[in-house]
Amino acid sequence: MGLSVARLWGSPGLLLTVALYLAHTLHPVQASTPPHRDYCVLGAGPAGLQMAYFLQRAGRDYTVFERAPGPGSFFTRYPRHRKLISINKRYTGRANSEFNLRHDWNSLLSHDPRLLFRHYSPAYFPDASDMVRYLGDFAARLGLHVLYNTTIAHVTLNKDRQAWNGHYFILTDQKGQPYQCSVLLVATGLSVPNLVDFPGSEYVEGYESVSVDPKDFVGQNVLILGRGNSAFETAENILGVTNFIHMLSRSRVRLSWATHYVGDLRAINNGLLDTYQLKSLDGLLESDLTDLAIVKDREGKFHITLKFYWEEGNQHADAITLPQDDSDNFAMRVAYDRVIRCLGWNFDFSIFNKSLKLSSVGEFSKKYPLVRGSYESKGSRGLFVLGTASHSVDYRKSAGGFIHGFRYTVRAVHRLLEHRHHGITWPSTEHPITQLTSSILRRVNEASGLYQMFSVLADVVLVKENATAFEYLEEFPTQVLAQLETITGKQARHGLFVINMEYGRNFSGPDKDVFFYDRSVGHTEDAWQSNFLHPVIYYYRHLPTEQDVRFRPADWPLPRPTAIHHIVEDFLTDWTAPVGHILPLRRFLENCLDTDLRSFYAESCFLFALTRQKLPPFCQQGYLRTQGLVGTESLRQHRVESGALQDHAAVDRHREDSYHGRVGHPQAPGPLVQPLHSNKEEL
Amino acid sequence: MMSSSFNIFRVGISFVMVCIFYKSSVDCLPELSSQKYFSTLQSGKASLAYFCQADSPSTSVFLEELKKAVKPLQDYGISVAKVNCVKEEASRYCGKEKDLMKAYLFRGNILLREFPTDTLFDVNAIIAHVLFALLFNEVKYVTTLERLQNIEDSLKGKANIAFAYVRAIGTPEHRAVMEAAFVYGTTYQFVLTTEIALLGSIGTEDIEYAHLYFFHCKPVLDLTQQCRRTLMEQPLTTLNIYRFIKSMEAPLLTEVAEDPQQVSTVHLQLGLPLVFIVSQQATYEADRRTAEWIGWRLLGKAGVLLLLRDSLEVDIPQQANVVFKREEGMPVEYLVLHDIDLVISHVENNMYTEEVREDEDDDIEGPDMDTLGIQDDEVAETVYRDRKRQLPLELTVELTEETFNATVMASDSIVLFYAGWQAVSMAFLQSYIDLAIKLKGTSTMLLARINCADWSDVCTKQNVTEFPVVKMYKEGENPVSYAGMLGTEDLLKFIQLRISCPVNITSVQEAEQYLSGELYKDLISYSSVSVLGLFSPTMTTAKEDFTEAGKYLKGCVITGIYSEEDVLILSNRYTATLPALLLARHKEDKVESLPLANTHAQDIVQMITNSLLETFPEITVENLPTYLRLQKPLLVLFSDGSINPQYKKAMLTLIKEKHVDSLTPCWLNLKTTPVGRGVLQTYFDVLPPLPLLVVVNLHSGGQVFAFPSDQAVTEQNLLLWLKKVEAGLESPITILPAQEWKPPLPAYNFLRMMDAAASQHSSRKGPECVKETDVQENDKEQHEDKSAIKKEPTETLRIKHWNRSNVFKAEKSFRHDNKEL
Repeated sequence: MGLSVARLWGSPGLLLTVALYLAHTLHPVQASTPPHRDYCVLGAGPAGLQMAYFLQRAGRDYTVFERAPGPGSFFTRYPRHRKLISINKRYTGRANSEFNLRHDWNSLLSHDPRLLFRHYSPAYFPDASDMVRYLGDFAARLGLHVLYNTTIAHVTLNKDRQAWNGHYFILTDQKGQPYQCSVLLVATGLSVPNLVDFPGSEYVEGYESVSVDPKDFVGQNVLILGRGNSAFETAENILGVTNFIHMLSRSRVRLSWATHYVGDLRAINNGLLDTYQLKSLDGLLESDLTDLAIVKDREGKFHITLKFYWEEGNQHADAITLPQDDSDNFAMRVAYDRVIRCLGWNFDFSIFNKSLKLSSVGEFSKKYPLVRGSYESKGSRGLFVLGTASHSVDYRKSAGGFIHGFRYTVRAVHRLLEHRHHGITWPSTEHPITQLTSSILRRVNEASGLYQMFSVLADVVLVKENATAFEYLEEFPTQVLAQLETITGKQARHGLFVINMEYGRNFSGPDKDVFFYDRSVGHTEDAWQSNFLHPVIYYYRHLPTEQDVRFRPADWPLPRPTAIHHIVEDFLTDWTAPVGHILPLRRFLENCLDTDLRSFYAESCFLFALTRQKLPPFCQQGYLRTQGLVGTESLRQHRVESGALQDHAAVDRHREDSYHGRVGHPQAPGPLVQPLHSNKEEL
Repeated sequence: MMSSSFNIFRVGISFVMVCIFYKSSVDCLPELSSQKYFSTLQSGKASLAYFCQADSPSTSVFLEELKKAVKPLQDYGISVAKVNCVKEEASRYCGKEKDLMKAYLFRGNILLREFPTDTLFDVNAIIAHVLFALLFNEVKYVTTLERLQNIEDSLKGKANIAFAYVRAIGTPEHRAVMEAAFVYGTTYQFVLTTEIALLGSIGTEDIEYAHLYFFHCKPVLDLTQQCRRTLMEQPLTTLNIYRFIKSMEAPLLTEVAEDPQQVSTVHLQLGLPLVFIVSQQATYEADRRTAEWIGWRLLGKAGVLLLLRDSLEVDIPQQANVVFKREEGMPVEYLVLHDIDLVISHVENNMYTEEVREDEDDDIEGPDMDTLGIQDDEVAETVYRDRKRQLPLELTVELTEETFNATVMASDSIVLFYAGWQAVSMAFLQSYIDLAIKLKGTSTMLLARINCADWSDVCTKQNVTEFPVVKMYKEGENPVSYAGMLGTEDLLKFIQLRISCPVNITSVQEAEQYLSGELYKDLISYSSVSVLGLFSPTMTTAKEDFTEAGKYLKGCVITGIYSEEDVLILSNRYTATLPALLLARHKEDKVESLPLANTHAQDIVQMITNSLLETFPEITVENLPTYLRLQKPLLVLFSDGSINPQYKKAMLTLIKEKHVDSLTPCWLNLKTTPVGRGVLQTYFDVLPPLPLLVVVNLHSGGQVFAFPSDQAVTEQNLLLWLKKVEAGLESPITILPAQEWKPPLPAYNFLRMMDAAASQHSSRKGPECVKETDVQENDKEQHEDKSAIKKEPTETLRIKHWNRSNVFKAEKSFRHDNKEL
């Protein structure tokens, strides 16, 4: 892992001791109980500020603790070469501000249009100092309650039946001042450099401290350990002055344009790949770093050997066997002037007391704390991990480790908390069923949360009884779908749709050719094979259980549904084509709900009203409430031409032929065959 | 099959032929002298003879073709001979010159026709011409529509017609028609044309090919009615025509109550499948109608039967509603099809066809998948068809995030919230523009619109999350949402009647002007009733309630309030007790009064709304919903043009005498509401002459009763009839279907497609194919792993091609978005 899109770490080693401030912002310290906050946020980086914004807007009692004197201290130092690789796309040709957030990877969510990052930098890949300035403005302009220069050194748990979660979190700052919190929101990022321990690792320089001046590398042989964006960023900086750069890591290079994961190697940093493949002296090598050993010779140059040789040798530099002694064409037989480590960062577990049971995710070892799909720690209720540190949920899949992703997951956590502690149900809108197609279309065409946090956050449509109406919930975490009712306070008794965005199942991967011929799908009937990001709608007749979610098929973001619909991928990500996108979606919804969702002019509704006992939903919810669609003469003319309307004004010469419909004839609506049984089995 | 019916005609074979049957199909052509030839002619028997010079070459193209015609013509009892003209017996049939020889058709020894050899260019032409000449009466050749119409009219109630269009006389299709006419000429009237125009005028678009229609004239008893037509869709070959006509003879619908596996009808023998519509006792009537309708649609394509589930001994799957039997002896298919069109398309996709099936395994997707892409939403379709028309959008102000607030604050404005991709709101946008055209330069109201596809935030802030929505903004007031019909007229009314409601009337004189309609002369056309609330100054609660009701009714009716000290003058004049409501009906020029004591705002709204209803309204598309709210059966008089005053009088009398209180009496003008014809067509199989009086019980049962058309519309007759209807003594002419509205077509079953692909995937790759892990390169090879073969993309690709070529034809490829570009 390297330094990638606006990743948030706490700034390491920054210990400032200013406590004067406390007396003003917190309640007077009482002798027995420490000052209390309902919500304590650790870290005033992007995630911490984002949560502070939502808490502030909701009028909650909260404080953000930040050890640095200002917000976003990570960006004051990182990335070392100062160029953010999160895009700052200022023009999209669209006015829709929600849509534009799909292509704005730096802004936080707020109601203030001035707080959009495009006002802070004209660069497509902006400078990190602009981010610091932006975060400073964000905190200041919105008046967020941040306690700067306050280093929380220790967090423990204090059991208390009165507490919201059965316990309080006791935070202690560098001065020994305790704070009592009902809910703890950890947004400290990843701050501990990832070290690999092998013989000779003491000779290795770290990304966090290596020189960024190319002059220091002139005419040198450089070995870089790591293959992420920070490694390539470092290489890029010195590519032109070194003799050569070798990059060594365990796994093959993962190009973000092949994996569709923004944390993988971005093309902006990959100059070395180009020179390597074009037979310059630079190159990539794969090996497990823990098998290595580095030997320093008398001239101060570094030789690569294997730990195995090192262990059997007698530790004397000259005596250690080098691989080339056995195999004289060993790739790294050349001596290096410098070895630089760019191996990413880990979460800082050190301040959390064992009682919090904040353990790490197995697979990612020490990198991330273990959280549920709701971002709540598995160990202690009421402890949520936000921002970069919460990326275990969608590591190498979606954007949850980056500003443009976690700004939405933070909002989801806030919505959860609003319901859990304040009885405010998940925001939703209720509409008549005739608006279902439109509601879904609107979201898939503009929603930024769905687009950025594809397959992690999804919209949910809760169908009301008899499918006459529905409730629309935005950006719900898919992994906790089974707990939807408790998390949102809504009921899902009559079936639900989940609107998700997905890449094709076999499209993304480090070894995938994403430019293969015929990769785009244009036919609606092939939509399920769409490769590029496209909307997928899942229909469940019943809310899936936890078991369903846990044992879902491999590679499925959601459990197996009753029926599924893919809206065919679109080159312009504009899913509004009447026949290509809207019509198949409507047919899918109709078949799931077993109803007719077509729209009709008032004249058709009039005919149905007088010739049938039941009316289609559109006529019921519109025409019968005197809100029928009258239409104009020219539309009426088109209706006659399209065969949808019998021209009653004309002589009824063709009565038999034209009255009873052809395929798709609105006047010969669906249920003509009498014994109609539910076709849901077919779905 | 064919030959068996033709055998009858073989009895007529009379000519003694020299040649008997050869094993090959090449029949020999007897060569006779002219004397001998004429001696063999028998009366009544037809014979075709080719006269040629004896010394002419024995082979020519014509002779070859003539030889081929020998056998088929024999089958029709027509003998063929080559007559050698010997020089000495110079028959008049023997031409002078070698190349001017002709063929002659005789019946007995009477010459019927002579044919230059170039008209008999091949075997088909020979047979076609010969039969055409012989069947002069059986096959009528027409060139004009009038002639065809005359034939049709003359045969109504008597016989059916087989009408064929062929491109030219002598073509294979012509031969096929003539051969069929030979067999069926006495049963059906054959009509032939070569005029494309004639075919076009009976409504066939594709006139490239020969066509055959079957006109069902025999069942037509009403001379003004047209014969139903069935088009034969297969190519015109003798066998196809035979099959087609045979299937026309078969009953349209047969009821069976036995195992479909055992059922056999003439259709199966004809190679046509059987479709069983499964019926239950409870739904028998509707099923039978459905089945009949399907029968008509599938006439000539399949046999349709009504399978009575209740009296069936074998079990058929519970949910199956259609059973499909493709061939004798083949297992039947049980289907669940929700739409007539699905039944039709299922049959059409499973019909026997001569063409080669392109592939065997196309059942991965339903047979009707290619119809799914057809737009069946009339609003979406019409908006799409109209997409290229330039609307004068500039007549309305387009708002943006920046201009919205400033604009709606600055002036009285009405805003349409729409979404550019949503068909319904785009359809309404057109009405809105029409309104702008109407109001151009006359209104102080600003007409604005905002596209929520662009300015979604603004719309959300205005609480608009559905489309379309119209809101009226007025300074100092909360925006009012428009809740009327989405059309120009009603919206215009809403805008015109926006005057502050209720209007405060300040003098008795003004009140009189208000009630007479003079005060708001311009508005009377929009609101036929003016409402005036009368209160004494102290009745504050009552006034508040009334004011609230007035606000609610804003835009739909004019309301006024009078509460001056001298209010008694008015209340006395209109004999009202305060607080009171005066309703001035401008059309009838009368003022009613209603007491208002202790009436809540909601009830006042109800009172006023009810007062707007007429006692005998002309029902229109726009006002029907208002009358349906009364939840009473409708008594509708359908009139072609304005209503006969006598009828109106009779109805009004009934209404006045309160005989029709349980009904909503109304009338419908077919001239102004042409869709009424569609309604009548559903009610009546055969439309009696207008006007028609009908009781429609929409809300309970759906029965439709028709006033007997042979009775005069008088009060007495009407009353008697209504009493009988009420007493249940009349039987309904039809019962409106009570079906729910189901999905018109199925959706793509992507889940199944994904499963199919997945199972194929796994069976191909075997169990060792595990899911990819993030860290898959544990190898310590020190160089690039070239082993990564792109298996998956090719796999997907293959499935994709397989799938597409299977079901979908190239015609849709224009929708393919070319990302490669």
